[in-house]
Amino acid sequence: MNPTRDEALRLLGQMLLIRRFEERAAEDYAAEKIRGFLHLYIGEEAVAVGVLDAIGPEDAVIATYREHGHALARGIPPGEIMAEMYGRSGGCSRGRGGSMHLFSRAHRFYGGHGIVSGLLPIATGLALAERLRGSSVVTVAFFGEGAAAEGEFHECMNLASLWRLPVLFVCENNLYAMGTALSRSHAEPEIHKKAVAHRIESEVVDGMDVLAVVEAARRAVTAIRAQGAPRFLECMTYRFRPHSMFDPELYRERTEVERWKQRCPIEAFTARMREAGVLSAEDIAAADAEAIATVNAARSFAEASPIEPVEHLLDDVYTPRGVA
Amino acid sequence: MTAVSVDVTTISRATTARSITYREAMREALREALRADPTVFVMGEDVGAYGGTYAVTRGLLAEFGPDRIRDAPLSESAFVGAGIGAALAGMRPIVEIMTVNFSLLAMDQIVNAAAAMRHMSGGQFHVPLVIRMATGAGRQLAAQHSHSLENWYAHVPGLRVVAPATIADARGMLATALADPDPVLIFEHVQLYATEGELAGGSVAVDLDRAAIRRSGTDATVITYGGSLPRALAAADELAKAGIQIEVIDLRSLRPLDTATILASVQRTHRAVIVDEGWKTGSLAGEIAAILVEQAFWELDAPIERVCTAEVPIPYARHLEIAALPKISEIVSAVRRACHG
Repeated sequence: MNPTRDEALRLLGQMLLIRRFEERAAEDYAAEKIRGFLHLYIGEEAVAVGVLDAIGPEDAVIATYREHGHALARGIPPGEIMAEMYGRSGGCSRGRGGSMHLFSRAHRFYGGHGIVSGLLPIATGLALAERLRGSSVVTVAFFGEGAAAEGEFHECMNLASLWRLPVLFVCENNLYAMGTALSRSHAEPEIHKKAVAHRIESEVVDGMDVLAVVEAARRAVTAIRAQGAPRFLECMTYRFRPHSMFDPELYRERTEVERWKQRCPIEAFTARMREAGVLSAEDIAAADAEAIATVNAARSFAEASPIEPVEHLLDDVYTPRGVA
Repeated sequence: MTAVSVDVTTISRATTARSITYREAMREALREALRADPTVFVMGEDVGAYGGTYAVTRGLLAEFGPDRIRDAPLSESAFVGAGIGAALAGMRPIVEIMTVNFSLLAMDQIVNAAAAMRHMSGGQFHVPLVIRMATGAGRQLAAQHSHSLENWYAHVPGLRVVAPATIADARGMLATALADPDPVLIFEHVQLYATEGELAGGSVAVDLDRAAIRRSGTDATVITYGGSLPRALAAADELAKAGIQIEVIDLRSLRPLDTATILASVQRTHRAVIVDEGWKTGSLAGEIAAILVEQAFWELDAPIERVCTAEVPIPYARHLEIAALPKISEIVSAVRRACHG
């Protein structure tokens, strides 16, 4: 893929937004403005940005609990995401979900899910609805390689393949299920082969290369719309930060982390775009400044957002009568 | 939810009444829903070609085809979750799980996803999903096919849990459940499927908000639901011969509980016996007893009695299974203790 300047700026802008947003979230976590679990996506930006660039607003998206990047790349306003992490009423889940449960009906973003692999049956059902309606909508499901050890993963691969459901399974293989290395948890460490066993066409892609991800995702989405069968994309990637803010990282070597940081998806992309003459140093600096400004505005929005009144505690457990 | 209050006794006396089994009543309800709404579909293990484990869905495949009477592989978590996803995307799935025992394989989806979705999305997404499953013992199916675990689900905010105990409720509850925008679990006791009774011809929506008084009485209140209702009514017949008139309340909805109906009855009778096929420890019977102690303590003239299943995995041998389950004689004895100390 040889991106135009606009395309390059779009991809870069989204990756920078995720990076700067999460750096600020980590600071706010240290300052105790954000509590609970905070799972950072830093290092994996090219996956969410690349895949979501290949679908349209009518398509459905569902992700794991490490989903700030997906929510941002999907276009959920950053202020609403930050406000959610602040536990405020202006949050995209009105302070009920926090970092792990970002939702947006307007963006067909079906969450942030905290049970590993638990989103896969739901993704299968979202796709089943489209199959029954005969629409061309594609459902994209993001999950880690850890999910592939769950029985539910195999149940869903089987169901989606058997029923030819229009779903793109995106495995973000960052080599660690929390602290358990891939080689210590999977007898078959090539995750895409598990999908192939269920007769799902699969592809492995360098998840640190946003253009490779865009290309692979476009191929997969086109095939799903044309053939009505699921596809599987295994994106090889790495998280630069600990699993959560509580993780002392006893299970991996610093040298390994540093080696992967040399492959930073943002630096790799900017270097390539400069070499190709698509983007200038000024373009890149401007994009970064814009990302920082957006994050600052998001933070101001979150700070200014009121907290939910405790009187609303029991809201939305059930649908109010006469509504839906 | 559109709820219509129904007088069951009126239905059974209707001129168009005919004899029908609980199983057929449920099937009629399904057929009606499938005909009325193209977004309704049925999904589960052996619901199609086999005709349903308990024959509830027999004949529906021929009428509605494999897309809408959808046989699922043995993967409870996947097809229950697929029901959640399809409901989120605007369909009205009816998922059948063979028995509550197997539903434990899908408990994550039901509890962590379906029940929590509306709240954790700040009210943006709701899950209009109906899940039907068989529950209860009495068919010598031993410890992995006989348990009554509906109370586990009744513990969970975000779920609505109902248990049709009569032919009319088997016919009417599905429509009410489908009209509900949130997940509804319908528990059908295996002993009820073959029961037969009179039913009016048309479809009648059931008010899921209200418990039903199945028999009026003044001496004690027996509170029960589902498969235990026939036993409670049989006990009432026996007690009536001895001059003891008990009021029998069929809860119908296990979550939310119609506390008002329970309290009003106990305020009249001043004695309460709770019959529940679950194990006594941590049971729905325990919850109801606690409600009575909290809210009707000074109305009680005798200790609350509970008739539950013995604390044992349900055994296979007929005599042992019978020994484990609540019996009519135990209900009679419990009422007598409550009435005479």
